[in-house]
Amino acid sequence: MPVVEITRSIDARGLSCPMPIVKTAQGIKDIPSGGALELLATDAGSIKDVAAWCHATGNELVEQTSDGAVYRFVIRRK
Amino acid sequence: MTTETRTAPDPLAEAIAAADGWPEVAPTPRPAPADEGAVKTKDFLIIAYSGELEKVWATMILASTSAAMGVKTRVFVTFWGLQVFVKDSKRITGENAMQKMMSGMQRPGVSHRKLSKMNFLGMGPWMMRRLAKQYGVASPKELLEAAQALGVEFIPCQMTMDMFGLKPEDMIDGMGEPAGAATVIGLLTDNSTPLFI
Repeated sequence: MPVVEITRSIDARGLSCPMPIVKTAQGIKDIPSGGALELLATDAGSIKDVAAWCHATGNELVEQTSDGAVYRFVIRRK
Repeated sequence: MTTETRTAPDPLAEAIAAADGWPEVAPTPRPAPADEGAVKTKDFLIIAYSGELEKVWATMILASTSAAMGVKTRVFVTFWGLQVFVKDSKRITGENAMQKMMSGMQRPGVSHRKLSKMNFLGMGPWMMRRLAKQYGVASPKELLEAAQALGVEFIPCQMTMDMFGLKPEDMIDGMGEPAGAATVIGLLTDNSTPLFI
């Protein structure tokens, strides 16, 4: 798997809905188009919510992994 | 004497007999198909009428999420909902004795909300806040600040402000211009998806 260079990382571990999404929306503003945002979350709802957010905003979800407790998303800014 | 009784012509029956099938109806012109990717996102309008903790929570969660998803979001705050947007530090508001008494009977501010059920003199909200903290749920105040940072427009109802004797300086910073019902209807008939909470 090609390694995506992370422009910025957001730690939303321990936060419930909707804060992972709110922090993602705030965080992606500061990175340039084409840059990659890493989001770490423990909220199980974020699996669907991050996908829905990407679909609505047009940003690309390029990676989605989990170690069982923490979900890691990599989103490329459009 | 004759048994002929149906001599008069029936215009309706004749018209039906003469008609050749169903009348032609001009097809309704369809709107031109929208360009791919040019679909206009609908705005989102919450009418925040209630002041109870659980409803204020719902309003703040949906408003902040909607703005986070890039949807233009407005919250029209009216009646009990307006009390939420009075500064936490305010205790007594209003100009005359009755307005002051009304504010004394229910503490305004986003941090002083009561539950609609299981309030138990503040025990319910206290437990709710503890649970929220334990499970990493942002408080209504934190969500309100996030919503404002994401550009949610909170529009106070002028009529309610007048009735409760609330002045602009009683309200939290960053509130929109006070407006009325016509603004709400205007937004609804324009392009806003409504939610009444």
